Amino acid sequence: MAINKRPKIKSIPYEEFKDNETFERLVAELNAKGTNVIVRKLDELIDWGRSNSLWPLTFATSCCGIEFMAVCAARYDIARFGFEVTRNSPRQADVILVSGTITTKMAPVLRRLYDQMADPKYVVAVGGCAVSGGPFTKSYHVVNGVDNIIPVDVYVPGCPPRPESFLYGMMQLQRKVKVENFFGTTNRKEKDPYRDTMAEKAEEIYNEEEQA
Amino acid sequence: MNDMNMEKKGEAQAAAQPQAAQPKAAPAAAPAAARPAAAAPAQPAKNQIEPECVAPEALLERMETLKNKEGYDFLENLTGFDWEADGLGVVYQLASTADPSRRVNLKTLTTDRENPYLPSVADLWDIANIYEREVYDFFGIRFTGHPDMRRIFMREDWVGYPMRKDDETEKNNPLRMTPEPLSDFTETYTLQSDGTVTKSQRRLFEEDEYVVNIGPQHPSTHGVLHFRVSLEGEKIKKIDPVLGYIHRGVEKISEKMTYPQTLALTDRLDYLGAMQNRHALCMCIEQAMGVEVSDRVKVIRTIMDELQRIDSHILFFSCLCQDLGATTAFLYGFRDREQILDIFEETCGGRLILNYNTIGGVMADIHPNFQKRVKAFIPYMRKNIKEYHDIFTGNVIFQNRAKGVGVLTKEQCISFGCTGGTGRAAGWHNDVRKLRPYAAYDRVQFNEVVRSEGDSFARYMIRLDEILESLNIIEQLIDNIPEGNFQEKMKPIIKVPEGLYYSAVEGSRGEFGVLLESKGDKSPYRLHYRSTGLPLVAVMDTACRDNMIADLITIGGTVDYVVPDIDR
Amino acid sequence: MFNFDIVTTWLHNLLTGTLGLPEWGAILTESILVALAIITIYAVFAIVLIYMERKVCAAFQCRLGPMRVGPWGTLQVFSDVFKMLTKEIINLRQTDLFLHNLAPFLVVTASMVTFACLPWNAGAHILDFNVGVFFFLAISSIGVVGILLAGWSSNNKYSLIGAMRSGAQIISYELSIGMTMLTMICLTGTMQFSEICADQAVNGWNIFRGHLPAVLAFIIYLVAGNAECNRGPFDLPESESELTAGYHTEYSGMHFGYYYLAEYLNLFICAGMASTIFLGGWAPLHIAGLEGFNGVMDAVPGFVWFLGKTFFVVFLLMWLRWTFPRLRIDQILSLEWKYLVPISMVNLVLMALVVAMGWHF
Repeated sequence: MAINKRPKIKSIPYEEFKDNETFERLVAELNAKGTNVIVRKLDELIDWGRSNSLWPLTFATSCCGIEFMAVCAARYDIARFGFEVTRNSPRQADVILVSGTITTKMAPVLRRLYDQMADPKYVVAVGGCAVSGGPFTKSYHVVNGVDNIIPVDVYVPGCPPRPESFLYGMMQLQRKVKVENFFGTTNRKEKDPYRDTMAEKAEEIYNEEEQA
Repeated sequence: MNDMNMEKKGEAQAAAQPQAAQPKAAPAAAPAAARPAAAAPAQPAKNQIEPECVAPEALLERMETLKNKEGYDFLENLTGFDWEADGLGVVYQLASTADPSRRVNLKTLTTDRENPYLPSVADLWDIANIYEREVYDFFGIRFTGHPDMRRIFMREDWVGYPMRKDDETEKNNPLRMTPEPLSDFTETYTLQSDGTVTKSQRRLFEEDEYVVNIGPQHPSTHGVLHFRVSLEGEKIKKIDPVLGYIHRGVEKISEKMTYPQTLALTDRLDYLGAMQNRHALCMCIEQAMGVEVSDRVKVIRTIMDELQRIDSHILFFSCLCQDLGATTAFLYGFRDREQILDIFEETCGGRLILNYNTIGGVMADIHPNFQKRVKAFIPYMRKNIKEYHDIFTGNVIFQNRAKGVGVLTKEQCISFGCTGGTGRAAGWHNDVRKLRPYAAYDRVQFNEVVRSEGDSFARYMIRLDEILESLNIIEQLIDNIPEGNFQEKMKPIIKVPEGLYYSAVEGSRGEFGVLLESKGDKSPYRLHYRSTGLPLVAVMDTACRDNMIADLITIGGTVDYVVPDIDR
Repeated sequence: MFNFDIVTTWLHNLLTGTLGLPEWGAILTESILVALAIITIYAVFAIVLIYMERKVCAAFQCRLGPMRVGPWGTLQVFSDVFKMLTKEIINLRQTDLFLHNLAPFLVVTASMVTFACLPWNAGAHILDFNVGVFFFLAISSIGVVGILLAGWSSNNKYSLIGAMRSGAQIISYELSIGMTMLTMICLTGTMQFSEICADQAVNGWNIFRGHLPAVLAFIIYLVAGNAECNRGPFDLPESESELTAGYHTEYSGMHFGYYYLAEYLNLFICAGMASTIFLGGWAPLHIAGLEGFNGVMDAVPGFVWFLGKTFFVVFLLMWLRWTFPRLRIDQILSLEWKYLVPISMVNLVLMALVVAMGWHF
């Protein structure tokens, strides 16, 4: 199924984005059942709002965090996209930029942060360590890729990625957000590795409380 | 003097050749055969250390004499070792602050692998508390008499001791997604007079204490650091740092890597001291192998180290401003930092992780624009330092928040091993560049910036003044980069002769040391980094007590730690 | 000079005369219209202020600020609003849900009612009593209840510390605000905002008329007002680098949005009050003896004067916020109790003396 409407990102033509095939496949998957015209219009408005207001959580574990600060600073100025409102509380953030190595000790903390975020929430894995473990793959204390713990929307490779790749990654995320459906369907096709366990645990706690 | 050293080097290198070849000749089947390399090089390498072996029973007494009678008051390093058949042990490196040329190295070991016990020196040096916890965490050596014998980097439910050579870490420790157990209790092992060891428990936090977790996800801990802070109103009663959220096992994975591969990890330890860290490791390996790098390399390394120091100190300024709420100053700092990154990028190709130093030289010669841009940068930065003072230093709010806050005395700094700006702010002359000049530091004139107040403001001013000193150093060298090779010819497989080596450089935030034990293989037997940040975190409890939460931020900002360097 | 009375009278006549509504019906309709208008203006101003803050701080920080959503990023805040409206609101277990959900409404209600106290133009004031100043002070302190409730009901230690700080800070600084307002009431002799403005239109702006004590009071008011809005350098309750997000750490979606809105509107109200009480509100600038100049100034409508002055003060406060580091809680309290309160007390006496002796202009 072809996509009739391509998400527009200001001043970057659609063709210039890399890996449009994956993106188109994703869109086709999302719209497999077709959408209502009126609802789609509303969706577009909401997606426009969401895609232009992705507030990142200030989350940095190592080197990539410094580059994230550089992205916020004058030369690269992430504020141009409206992403400069970094929130320290996960409740108020929309996107978590996992910048840096995630160790096994940090993994439950990261998962908890992700669970604390309010929907819609997105994850960008920034840097080699977050993508795959990077130079520390063989370590006994490093998670080899955050997609083992949380579902990832966009991967930004590099060690650390240049600020430009940060921005490119954010724009890829914007494209992804722009084709989402607010009404009705699910938007997440990425596997959430711990979703079932988390749901079970929540159920357990709930039951316990009931009894008490 | 220089010539003498070079001669010695030459000899050491000559002596090293047959030895390096030896393991090749004798295949790995006979590890015992590789060891009789006791026929050590006739002339030990410049940075080789030969620790004096002390029996565990006699250790405490010896240490006490060394510290109190002979003036070795600075515990530079305390490193755990697993010498397999020889047992588990610890190497202590002591130095005298009064006379920096006096240094002594000791080691002690135990052959009991099941229940290893060694005496604790935590009573003598405050920093030993943290170092011994690290050794316990990595090697399972319990220290008798240590007040707080808990794991420090791993989770409390971690199985095994990862740095032991025979530990099956991955098998025993799958990824645990349950919340981390954090006990309110700590253990103490006491050696009784009849030789048995008893275990006692102590409470860290009382039931009714108001304990706030600051971190691991917190904007002002500069990374994933976790403080358990007991509060009384806004006053801090006690801080218990929980480390290890970014412990990446660098020391362990280095043991399986070849020497050039290990270099890559140093940049990622303290990413604001990438140049200096790598410099330390390269220098350690070069000196151990007896390789003398060209003058050109020495000068380039010196300039790069200083640029890195400026970069780090600017970031220090920025982050401190950000933490204290002055957001604009934060961005001013970043504006200037980009200039340095441009210079780095042209020559090294990277912005943050630079991968520039190599064993025997540097990766590439300096870019043709390098000198021009650095020379343009020097006056630019001098001008902007004034702007920093205008916008932030002179601000009455900042002065009130920093002056007299978090005072550390010289004695405390020495006892905690807080080198770098934190120690110098309290009047401790600890600049490795002055004490044991390396690279090209012996041919430049510069002042060691030292203040006496020891408070947050002094620590802040030290950094800004050091930027100016670093500019001075660069200015003296930039026009005088001698001609020469930028890379010595090295063998394709680098092997370091057997022995224990220690080299240190002045990192951005203190003495960054590399302790390397080689068995003559192509990968290190044990590689330990003297973290610059670990003492700085250890001192937080002392510095913050009876101050407010807001002061915790100021003090944490001014002692300037970088967490991946602490956790390694 | 344009008087808004014309519009209100016309509307009233339209409703009672042309449409034939009874008196109570007309007033009811008017009330609804005014309420709708004030809510709309409230929302619009919030958007304008947020955009302004982001642009102003970008300018201070050698950046551009929002640029890509709409021309010069003008639509940026709208997209934020859409996002916030459709964001999940999280209900927490083990919290007092009723209080948790009530708190943001208290804050936003308090700031809306105080917003209605502002005199926009001659004849365009919504809440205008003879004890207007008292009413303003009373209503504005409802906000702190919302903050305290938020901190208490969140079941979060950061929130609680933030809320307690906020309580201590706002209640302390309310004292200075009251005192400085009293000082100016001394000079004008009325507590009704409309009359304060009208008085200044005739006698000249209070800050000039009251000279030394008025200028002192103005400075104290700015400091205390800034503290009252919880904005830097007094942003301790939410001090990002210490308490992650302070009292609203656990709020998400539109609940957090209310705090966000209220923060900016409080800034506007604080600035609006400063311009009403000290800078003449809608009163134009007159210089005695320059008739031509005064005539030109009179031609500018009153609400332009009011907004101009207010945004000038807003800019001043933003400047402060982005330049200064944050104070510590004990410093904040000692600044208030050891310096601002005694000074404003002395200042009040001074002003009384000035008025009694007729030393003002």
